[in-house]
Amino acid sequence: MQYTLSILVENQAGVLSKISGLFSRRGFNIDSLAVGVTNNPDVSRITIVANGDEYVVEQLEKQLNKVIPVIKVKRLSEGDFISRELILIKVHCAASKRAEIIKTAEIMQAKIVDVAPSCVTVEYCENSSRVETLIDLLKPYGIREIVRTGTIAIDRGNTALSV
Amino acid sequence: MISGAEIMVKCLEAEGVKVVFGYPGATICPFYDKLYDSSIKHVLVRQEQNAAHAASGYSRCSGLPGVCVATSGPGATNLITGIATAYADSVPMIAITGQVKSDLLGRDVFQEADITGACEPFVKHSYLVSKTEDLPRVFKEAFHIASTGRKGPVLIDIPMDIQQNEIESFEYPEKVNIIGYKPNTRGHAVQVKRAVEAIKNSRRPLIVSGGGVLSSGVKLKFQAFADKTKIPVISTMMGIGVMPSDHEMYLGMLGTHGKPVANRALHDADLVIVCGARLGDRAVAAPDQMSENTTVIHIDIDPAEIGKNVKTAIPIVGDMKNVLNMMIDEIGDYVVPNQWQETVKGWKKSFFRTPPKFDGFVEPRALVAQLSSMLRSKAILVADVGQNQIWCANNFMIREGRFLTTGGMGTMGYSVPAAVGAKLARPTRDVVVVCGDGSFQMSMNELATIVGNNLAIKIIIMRNHRLGMVRELQDFNYNKRHAATILSGDPDFLKLAEAYGIDHAEANSNEEAEEIIRGMVKSDKPFILVCNVYPDTPSI
Repeated sequence: MQYTLSILVENQAGVLSKISGLFSRRGFNIDSLAVGVTNNPDVSRITIVANGDEYVVEQLEKQLNKVIPVIKVKRLSEGDFISRELILIKVHCAASKRAEIIKTAEIMQAKIVDVAPSCVTVEYCENSSRVETLIDLLKPYGIREIVRTGTIAIDRGNTALSV
Repeated sequence: MISGAEIMVKCLEAEGVKVVFGYPGATICPFYDKLYDSSIKHVLVRQEQNAAHAASGYSRCSGLPGVCVATSGPGATNLITGIATAYADSVPMIAITGQVKSDLLGRDVFQEADITGACEPFVKHSYLVSKTEDLPRVFKEAFHIASTGRKGPVLIDIPMDIQQNEIESFEYPEKVNIIGYKPNTRGHAVQVKRAVEAIKNSRRPLIVSGGGVLSSGVKLKFQAFADKTKIPVISTMMGIGVMPSDHEMYLGMLGTHGKPVANRALHDADLVIVCGARLGDRAVAAPDQMSENTTVIHIDIDPAEIGKNVKTAIPIVGDMKNVLNMMIDEIGDYVVPNQWQETVKGWKKSFFRTPPKFDGFVEPRALVAQLSSMLRSKAILVADVGQNQIWCANNFMIREGRFLTTGGMGTMGYSVPAAVGAKLARPTRDVVVVCGDGSFQMSMNELATIVGNNLAIKIIIMRNHRLGMVRELQDFNYNKRHAATILSGDPDFLKLAEAYGIDHAEANSNEEAEEIIRGMVKSDKPFILVCNVYPDTPSI
């Protein structure tokens, strides 16, 4: 089962290692991790996507809550949140294929952000499954390089996670 | 102007600290220089790990956080085992370490170690102090975190320049405000109601008392609850001492090395009330089987413990003290069904047996069973780890005193330094160490600390020339191949005692040992009694 945790933490040195250490120490893998400051400069928000059964997730939530600089932990419920990650893909692109690749990017609503004689770089900001689709579409042209951020996520509707 | 080092001392004074255990070194010297002028007693141990164990013993007997101090690098890394032990045993502790100067951090200079990083999995929280101004807040928070909620060690790592820098003035904060740390101690009323309902509907309820009952300081009330309801009580290793050993409804320690009668009761119970215990693998080897046929009520201050090892039907998060008060109010005149009471009492009789004796040797289980009657009722028994620990856990007849051992971490060498702390916390009580010849040698360097501080600690070494528990494991599981478990090269412990100027004796029978013990408890000096134990004496 894949799950997404939103964690509000005090914005201080060493917090990230405490949290990532907690996963590795218990033998749990993290699929993706993203950190950034919130509207309150003293508070950062960490989004973790990971895999595990119900027991594992419950344990993790409880253990995370024990970390002193952790203020709040919330498991986002399936389908009720918006998630995004940013990806930059450098694709091999001979001049003859350029129009084709630009068309593909357009269909997916991705952006071409750099063009070189034998390469284009595509920028895309979407949820993980759409990102995977774009990668699949570009694969046949020859992917030279991929860089992607961790997933960030936010609840739909009126609920807001705050201190 | 006031220096960081002076502030550190003032913070300790403000927290009411009377004793610290430590070992100096270059980067902690500014602090030591100021401590020298303070009324706080410093106990110089002979290795830093023992400073942490001593602080643990002190804490468990005084109810206050124990404080240990070490220098940077190797001093700090030596503390780790002691800190990890306190963490596993949920003992409140403040570990203070010197660190290299801030501008040298990360350059791998002499005696530099990333101690906050290294201790991360074993501390409740840690600080690497970056400004002298932060010291009062950090100390206030550290003591608060260590001694509230589920108690545990907090590490404060302080670079030398932070100790040397001076600031305008010192003011100790009155309150702490840690936004992410608000332990829930109250206990949920609806859950307590459900729990009491379940108890009333059960036919064979059973209480498991854990270390949490002792850390909550609610022992007497707990006993009163058991007295009134007549619910039988078994104990984890950390919970020994919650109930007097001779209590009619107390059955002893559970688990792989526990009492058969306690395990039988756990097996037959239809409802189990787990009080301040995590039920690790040595307590309940097959937790899945337990929850299949049993309703489990789990009371713990740490929500993460509930459901971690044993499936729980009714979780109650809160301090044992508050939850117990609520339960007492709720349960009214309830008394356990007569049939269950009688069954349990019957088992107690039928499971009882006297261990066989071997001529020319001390029978350790029989000796430990007699020990309590030769001590004052509030005596503190400190057991080490190994067979000696099991002999003590199962046979010491505890009355109003304490049983100290490291049930969580199982650190050999714990007993002697922990006894140093215990004696300093409770100078008027009998403090007796029972250890093996293996575990004694892990911390016998602390005899100097005992002598140097005139501590009347009585050490009973059960000598079988074996690492007995591992040897037993090899007998059962490794085809009796005794790899590295036969001790050779041991010193003559009596001559060693002599070298330290400690009174000593040797016993080869229980009668001899008992006579020596009766004499040694009368003196106000330390004592070493070496008991020769038949090498094949089993743990249980």
